[in-house]
Amino acid sequence: MLNLGTDEIIKYPFLAEAKAYLKDKGFTLEQFVNDPDHKFIIDIAYDRIKYAANGEIYPSIYKNNINKSSLLPREIFSFIIAVVLLKMSHANILIKKFALSEARRAEKYLEKDLEAKIDIHSDNIREQLEYKVNQQELAIKIIKELFSVDIHKNHDDHFIITVPDYLRHAIHFHELEWKLVNRYVHHGFVFLTPHETVRLLRRKIDQYISSRIHSVEVTSIKHSLQNYINNIIVMAQKFVVPASTSTEYPPCIKHALDVLKNGKNLSHSGRFLLATFLLGHNKSITEIVSLFKNAPDYNERTTLYQINHLAGLSGSRTKYNCPSCQKIKIHNLCFATSECNNITNPFQFKSNNEPR
Amino acid sequence: MNQDSLLILEDTFKKYYFDNFDLLHVPNDSHEREFAYKKFNSKLYRHIALKSDKELHLLLMTQVPSDVYCSNARYSFPTLSMNAKDWQNADLIFDIDSKDLQLQCRNSHTCIKCLDCNAFSTSNSKCHKCNSHRFKVIVLLCKYCIAAAKKEAKKLCILLINNLGINKQNIFVYFSGNDGFHIHVNDSQYQLLGSRERADIVDYITLRDGSTINNNNRPEIKNSTKLKYNQTRIGVVSNNTEIKNTSSVIKTNVKTVEKNTQYVIKSIIDPNVTTDIHRIFRLPGSINSKSGMSKVLCKNLNLFDPLYDACFIDDCPTQILASCPIRFRLKDKKFGPFENERITVPKYVAIYMICKGLAEISQL
Repeated sequence: MLNLGTDEIIKYPFLAEAKAYLKDKGFTLEQFVNDPDHKFIIDIAYDRIKYAANGEIYPSIYKNNINKSSLLPREIFSFIIAVVLLKMSHANILIKKFALSEARRAEKYLEKDLEAKIDIHSDNIREQLEYKVNQQELAIKIIKELFSVDIHKNHDDHFIITVPDYLRHAIHFHELEWKLVNRYVHHGFVFLTPHETVRLLRRKIDQYISSRIHSVEVTSIKHSLQNYINNIIVMAQKFVVPASTSTEYPPCIKHALDVLKNGKNLSHSGRFLLATFLLGHNKSITEIVSLFKNAPDYNERTTLYQINHLAGLSGSRTKYNCPSCQKIKIHNLCFATSECNNITNPFQFKSNNEPR
Repeated sequence: MNQDSLLILEDTFKKYYFDNFDLLHVPNDSHEREFAYKKFNSKLYRHIALKSDKELHLLLMTQVPSDVYCSNARYSFPTLSMNAKDWQNADLIFDIDSKDLQLQCRNSHTCIKCLDCNAFSTSNSKCHKCNSHRFKVIVLLCKYCIAAAKKEAKKLCILLINNLGINKQNIFVYFSGNDGFHIHVNDSQYQLLGSRERADIVDYITLRDGSTINNNNRPEIKNSTKLKYNQTRIGVVSNNTEIKNTSSVIKTNVKTVEKNTQYVIKSIIDPNVTTDIHRIFRLPGSINSKSGMSKVLCKNLNLFDPLYDACFIDDCPTQILASCPIRFRLKDKKFGPFENERITVPKYVAIYMICKGLAEISQL
């Protein structure tokens, strides 16, 4: 079991058992709702949600050397209240965005803890070294206990992870740099920098924070929070994508659309499949971009750039084609039905209503 | 294949199995494995359970299979259909096949049998008699191909031990019974990996998708990592004596190092075999009906010679009608070429040629 100090709870607020933590510190939810002195925390919580909705990371003012008691309300309670507000609003799409934003924030701290740089010009190098070792050990422990991944510190500034563990996570990346062939591998271990270690675990961190948020139980809506809740519901509506009712799409495309509609994360290959298929069906770039609005990591600029790239309007000017059914199967994105009728590319799909 | 040829194959295989029960065992965890077998001129029988060596030996005697297989995977219910088997894990297996090595000698021991006029020819593109493009390719055993496949197997083993951290005791090299080697990795932390993870291991071993690291995008530490990476792989080669003066290679600039390592450090394996986590593999000890030789464990790969160590059939004189346009060597004796000739050869040669489709039993 992890024994966490204030530092860690501030950096990784999702580790705290929300209700127990409030109780332990002598607070109740009612206090935040009714006490005007604590209203600012609800405002910070609301801001925290806004940052997440905009795809940004909540800017923390946490530093090792500042007074932690003053940080507790801002850093921890605002997280807990934000979760409560989101759960009361039933805004699933914002819960996903919030989880993703908090995961990115946690990543930054984990990376910093693994790096634990020291100032060699400082007088207290010994203290700094001790601190560095503690921070690294704790970060390694957090990674082991929360994400069940064993990493070890190597004698240089690298971290090592077994090849099988590495592969289980690295296969989710499509960039070549994550392929084992482009890694330094020795005696069954892959060598990673602190940044790469944390980046490798991104999916695990996302999943963990999401599950923690989903496990929080909220029983009744406090009347005085109604305004915040209404605003959050309005905020969530911006991300609602008009449901596609077309029956002419093959099951793999319907599946990809469903995943996005439910605000879930569609894999890189799934996104590539959907975008190239729709581009091939003469859908406009704007129409396609709007479908991705619901993706938990949606960023309009990036999405627009990527769709333009696939359409051959930027970069190498190569227009990408929809992948074959065989490739789709390899990526576990094939949900073939009898209607598919042994086609080899989703483009050949004709629904039962169409003449064959 | 005529009836007499079929009979001699069945008799010979049955005798081999009866005489060599000690070579044929089910794995320790046989209750979790799927077994399969094929009979001569028949279909493949799959989803079979064999719980003990006794059950295996009984099957060999009653069914006289031409080929016997066992899954690399372990299942909760190995006898159910693929979807219902409930996959648990699978041994990591690599296949090194001489045909993938693209050696220059290949043409000299390959011939074709026309499917239209049954003529044999040394051409590899069309029948020399009727110009048909429908033919069966027949490849005969070649010591150069086996030596090259051995070299690949050795490089692979060193990569598995030094780089992937697999315990030497868990690596088993088998002669496949025909034209290459199967390398089985049992009891390792790699067993639980799925197909995609194994595909990445294949790319690592074959150096596929190896990108040139862009120094502008990466901190300096990567430069040293890169050098270390190459050194490790060069080390692999130096153990294998391919590059003798390793240190001089390291002293050259990084580009040269990359060039050299690209050439020497990869091992050529069949990617489809390693990535398939539901595959059935020839059971060690069983005969390969493509050659009449057995799949056997190579206890000492350097000394292993398939012509002696995997050929268990006796040399009783046997009369066959042979057609083989190329000369080949078995157990230090040269045979062929034959042009529809009635000849008497040792039984192991007769079985080899019948299995290859180059001969039939000839009744006077």
